Amino acid sequence: MRERSSDIALAARGLSKQFGGLRAVADVSLDVRIGEIHAVIGPNGAGKSTLINLLSGDLVVSAGDISLDGAALTHLPPHHRARAGVGRSYQKTTIFADFTAHENVRLAAQAHAARPLRMIGSVHADAGVNRRTADALMLAGLHERAAVVARQLSHGEQRQLEIAMVLATAPRVILLDEPLAGMGQGEARCIVDLIKSLKAGRAVLIVEHDMDAVFELADRLTVMADGAVIASGAPDEVRMQPAVRSAYLGDDGAPA
Amino acid sequence: MDLVTFGVQLLNAIQYGMVLFLVASGLTLVFGILGVINLAHGAFYMIGAYLAYWIATYSGSFALAVAGSVAIAFVLGWLMEAVLVKRLYGRDHLAQVLLTFGVILVLDEGRQILFGKDVHSVAPPEWLAGTIQLTDNLSYSVYRLAICVFCLIVAAAIFWVIRSTKIGMIVRAGAENREMTRVLGIKSDVVNRYVFAVGIALAAFGGAVVAPVSTVFPGMGDGMLILSFVVVVLGGLGSVAGAAIGALLIGLTDTFGKVFFPNVASILIYVLMAAVLIWRPNGILGRREI
Amino acid sequence: MGDADIRRWIVIGLVCLAAAIVLPFLVPAYYAQFAAKVYIMGMLAMALNLVVGHGGLVSLCHGAFFGLAGYALALATPRYDHAAIWWTLPLAVAAAGAVALVIGALALRTRGIYFIMVTLAFGEMLFFLFFDTQFAGGSDGIFINTKPEVAMFGRALVDLDKPLGFYFVVLGVLVAVIALLTVLIRSPFGHALAAARDNERRTRALGFPVFCIRLTAFVISGALAGLAGYFAAAQFGFVVPQMLGWHVSATVLVMVLIGGLRSITGPLVGAMVLLGLEEVLKATTEYWKLIEGIIIIVLVIVLPGGLRQLLPHIGGRMPEARPARKAPRAADAGHA
Repeated sequence: MRERSSDIALAARGLSKQFGGLRAVADVSLDVRIGEIHAVIGPNGAGKSTLINLLSGDLVVSAGDISLDGAALTHLPPHHRARAGVGRSYQKTTIFADFTAHENVRLAAQAHAARPLRMIGSVHADAGVNRRTADALMLAGLHERAAVVARQLSHGEQRQLEIAMVLATAPRVILLDEPLAGMGQGEARCIVDLIKSLKAGRAVLIVEHDMDAVFELADRLTVMADGAVIASGAPDEVRMQPAVRSAYLGDDGAPA
Repeated sequence: MDLVTFGVQLLNAIQYGMVLFLVASGLTLVFGILGVINLAHGAFYMIGAYLAYWIATYSGSFALAVAGSVAIAFVLGWLMEAVLVKRLYGRDHLAQVLLTFGVILVLDEGRQILFGKDVHSVAPPEWLAGTIQLTDNLSYSVYRLAICVFCLIVAAAIFWVIRSTKIGMIVRAGAENREMTRVLGIKSDVVNRYVFAVGIALAAFGGAVVAPVSTVFPGMGDGMLILSFVVVVLGGLGSVAGAAIGALLIGLTDTFGKVFFPNVASILIYVLMAAVLIWRPNGILGRREI
Repeated sequence: MGDADIRRWIVIGLVCLAAAIVLPFLVPAYYAQFAAKVYIMGMLAMALNLVVGHGGLVSLCHGAFFGLAGYALALATPRYDHAAIWWTLPLAVAAAGAVALVIGALALRTRGIYFIMVTLAFGEMLFFLFFDTQFAGGSDGIFINTKPEVAMFGRALVDLDKPLGFYFVVLGVLVAVIALLTVLIRSPFGHALAAARDNERRTRALGFPVFCIRLTAFVISGALAGLAGYFAAAQFGFVVPQMLGWHVSATVLVMVLIGGLRSITGPLVGAMVLLGLEEVLKATTEYWKLIEGIIIIVLVIVLPGGLRQLLPHIGGRMPEARPARKAPRAADAGHA
């Protein structure tokens, strides 16, 4: 693995988040590099969801900096970060339930068009938007289900849809919050393959509990507990560290 | 302004604020626990006043008037929940707004049919009439002080029921998680009916109790509705403590506003609301996700 | 959206337009005036629906924009002369839009129930502004003794004092408003607004500036409400503070409900139905508001989707902001 800093797309330094007396995230620093999948794991309450929310802008940091390709993101609201190239999926599938899959993705592509809020003209007139929509649907494996109303898609397909929407925004960084939550074996396989394909040309950060998937996907692994980072590095090294084993399981066994 | 006038105005503001607090807490409880916005809340305040006037005129007893109007309002609220409001749970805001608007039209016309458009006044009961000497220079209306006392008693009673009784616990559980209470077999349907009826009764109580100090007139319902909403926006929806703060702020702003800026007094409260919105969009003590 | 659907709606639209054009020649003047009133309230209801049905925000202050524009005309009309439409109309519309900008900027910081209460409160604030102060006649209102003059270079083009002239000007404005709303709702902006209604969090996460989108829609909606208010004041011949009251706003919401929230011209149908109903009720009983209240209650319980629920055979859909929940059409096109 090359360690050129020019590969770093998203950099977070000293992130902290305080909720009244509770310190949900304490002095967390990490990078996500182009072409890599960086997984963040940890027991419940470790602060992983809070971390993703800080990175996407859904929560405001109490302290720390976030930058994208060197440009500061820390105080930008979520929609500015999205325009700058940060896409995310949510733990609870967040899509437009009453629209077709095609319309869902088209809206995402529209958000990144040159003039996303034109008040005149048809939504189908922008060739760039149409192309990105078709490409994203194809990449996510939904091109045959494009005309189905999102509400009627299966849980796994809805997850695929959410990823397709993120893809249509041509992001540089993709944040995935527990993408495999609630999935059976077959569906999970599909999503894992999809996630693997995402890292080409992009930086992917994934928060996940499914250890099989994590060790299959991760190029780098960060472990959090009680709001702080307790280990970070190559997955095989991290899993052997005593601090990690005791945080997860008490003192015996290796992570499953 | 001298100290005596200030004292009188301050007491007026507090008395006004207390009634506002009681009425607004009815509104905020119904929203907080049932998730329903009831635009007809102000209309029940008006109905409470008119019923009190009517009963007082025919029976000669003010105590009976208050008790009677509260009882009738309670029954009306009970019926309204059983027939109409329970169909609103889970429905969107537009449905709630329009259905309760329809109820306002029915209540307004009902009042028109029964009592006409006249403005009435009600005499306070004998034993509460007159003034009392508070300090060497300051005397104040006994009845207005009595209003404050009534309001405090009712507020304390409700607080006690919510905090210390089994039914209060059910109410709080329902507020936290309506589905769960239903699944556990707790008869939250009946509890909901009581909560709504109590909310309505609070509005009517407010109307009945202020009848002797402000006139009983057709537009009083709308006026109180708007004020209750401003109180709730200021204090935070679902928060009874917030309603207290909001009511006090409104009482002070309105009373002293009328003294210092009589021309713009009526819009001062909205300026206050705008200011709070800029600072705290969810109200001073707002906590619920809407 | 199938081409057949769009063709059908164009045909229906043209038929209605033709009917509207011949109407004043076929019926007594009273009905033509009533129709003009329906068009005006229909405009107001469609304007409101931009925010309520397409934006997903229940606003209770549109009566204030409506009334404010009427007052602008009243204040700009000289006592015994005509006001010139070419500057009084833009003034009224701009005034309504400006107030919508201020109220919207504050109210849109809130959500859901708060938004409803805040718009109600601000609407009432404007009501009290006109009711309690004397600069605009206080509680008595102002008479507008002459209708605005539609003139260019000194030559009168249409005489608004004649019912026929007024009717056709209002009809023309109505068609323009329908066209404007159709274009807006079908545009990328309109789709983004609908997206924000469906899932605000996702819309923001995609990169859309939700606050700006909603505020823009609110201002346009307020300005169009003002457009309706201008003509309403011109038709009535007077303005009173009650025009700004929230009961007006709520009544217009009922029109929106009747006509169906997702359509563009539905609220116009709603206006027709409700105003027609009011006419019938007023002729029947003194206590018509009681019946109206009961009807509204029943409507909310029984017809949450508006009159459309009763007419499944007038099928197809208006070209709408969001794709219909029907069988795949893109798939048909793909396999054709």
